[in-house]
Amino acid sequence: MKEKERELLHLIEKNGRLDIDTLGKLLNLSNDEIQSMLEELETVGAIQGYSALIDWSKVLDYEGVTAMIDVKVTPTRGVGFDKVAERIYRFPEVKAVYLMSGAYDLSVSIEGKTMLEVSRFVSEKLSTLESVLSTTTHFVLKKYKHDGIILGDDEEDKRMVVSP
Amino acid sequence: MTLKRSPHSYLSETVANLKPSGIRRFFDLASQMENVISLGVGEPDFVTPWNVIEASYHSLEQGHTAYTANAGLPELREEISTYLRTQFHISYSSQDQLIVTVGASQGIDLALRAIVNPGDEVIIVGPTFVAYESAVLLAGGIPVTIQTCPEDQFKLTPVQLEKAITSKTKAVILCNPNNPTGTFLNKKELTAIAEVIKQHDLLILSDEIYAELTYDEPYTSVASLEGMKEHTLLISGFSKAFAMTGWRLGYAAGPTDIIQAMIKIHQYTMMCAPTMAQYAAVEALKNGENSVREMKISYKQRRHFIVQAFDNMGLECPMPGGAFYAFPSIRSTGFTSEEFAEALLMEEQVAVVPGSVFGQNGEGFIRCSYATSLKRLNEATKRMKRFVEKHAN
Repeated sequence: MKEKERELLHLIEKNGRLDIDTLGKLLNLSNDEIQSMLEELETVGAIQGYSALIDWSKVLDYEGVTAMIDVKVTPTRGVGFDKVAERIYRFPEVKAVYLMSGAYDLSVSIEGKTMLEVSRFVSEKLSTLESVLSTTTHFVLKKYKHDGIILGDDEEDKRMVVSP
Repeated sequence: MTLKRSPHSYLSETVANLKPSGIRRFFDLASQMENVISLGVGEPDFVTPWNVIEASYHSLEQGHTAYTANAGLPELREEISTYLRTQFHISYSSQDQLIVTVGASQGIDLALRAIVNPGDEVIIVGPTFVAYESAVLLAGGIPVTIQTCPEDQFKLTPVQLEKAITSKTKAVILCNPNNPTGTFLNKKELTAIAEVIKQHDLLILSDEIYAELTYDEPYTSVASLEGMKEHTLLISGFSKAFAMTGWRLGYAAGPTDIIQAMIKIHQYTMMCAPTMAQYAAVEALKNGENSVREMKISYKQRRHFIVQAFDNMGLECPMPGGAFYAFPSIRSTGFTSEEFAEALLMEEQVAVVPGSVFGQNGEGFIRCSYATSLKRLNEATKRMKRFVEKHAN
């Protein structure tokens, strides 16, 4: 991949709202060039979507819980872990699924409104899948950093206003 | 009892006659105001990379709170030597050709005090960093400034250098890439300068603090050019590339006799650079490459952004080759650079530094640092555009 494409991806990964004009200025490219690079990156699937990173704890009246669940499963002949992983990631409550090395096989991240809702999902939907051998649920108490962004980190400039 | 002298007369004549930095006045003005967006800052907006900060904590936890060797922690000197060899292809002995200083500024001061006899002339290439002239005066020398032209993108030419040399000339201070213009001399341009230096048997104090921050062409240290090692005192530090301004850590590398003389002054005046900062610097050199690369990519992007923004507001601004400053001309507005900077601060709360504080040929320009977040850069350039349009003739 070309250097400019990487730079473009890094920029929009940090801030998906940067407009074409700003991206063009930052990368010293024309707006048309940025547009076609974006389209190409979308076509090949390097860009899967544009989303915002929300610190929900800052949203008034919002109540929600996140849980990380360690799942041990029996792999299926021929397709290994892929089939059971698909069964799991199709649930809308599931935010992320990773195949892991080590003590368990799949790491599943769930978001629900209440602990009860998450518990129900685990006990009624996840644990009852045929390939699932065991689950260990960890509730997230506080998010400090997510997707490389330190939550609540303000941009205060600690430098003097003018310096040599 | 009556005083025989007024308090003023206790001051040395040199210090009493020293002009205060022009930047100071702008700092005082800007710091009294609220909601100022500053493009006046000559330092990275990034915080020092975490692994470097952590190494400093670790050194304290290990009890490394005592002095180091005068010349600096041997481990750090070894790392600096390796860094200069691998990065810029110059070989210095960590034993006797390197000194760790309290910032590159102390390196300049030590160097000048080590080489200047009263009445020696030291050539400075303006517009440039505000401290050189005063440092020459404090060392008892005579600063001789060459005025480079905006038409040459403020690049020093061999002809200009040749003209400025007299029988009293001892050294030339060259900041490459330059603060405040961002001017960058490439290998070919430096080679031409080096020929003059060798021909007249001068010493070049090469301030390479921005060496990591060049964006279009690779950096060549003047010391690496043929026959130049003996004529060069390389001065650099961790402030800019590693975002470590507050740690005050720099170094100088050069001929053994000069470095040893600098160590002599350093041991009587400073003893050694702060120990925890030296341990941090070891980590910066060992594992800081990725952080430097990432910061450099950001600066490069912002450089494009700000130059195009100046283009949009009709201020002529060549693409700076290095450092993190843009130096647009404001001549088209009819303001002097001081008037422009002051009115911009008062009317739009944007702080820039008037070019005139960096020497007389900086008049008609302003220094804008793009080491600031895109959000601030965007807002600052919007306000500047409004300001320029409002005052258009």
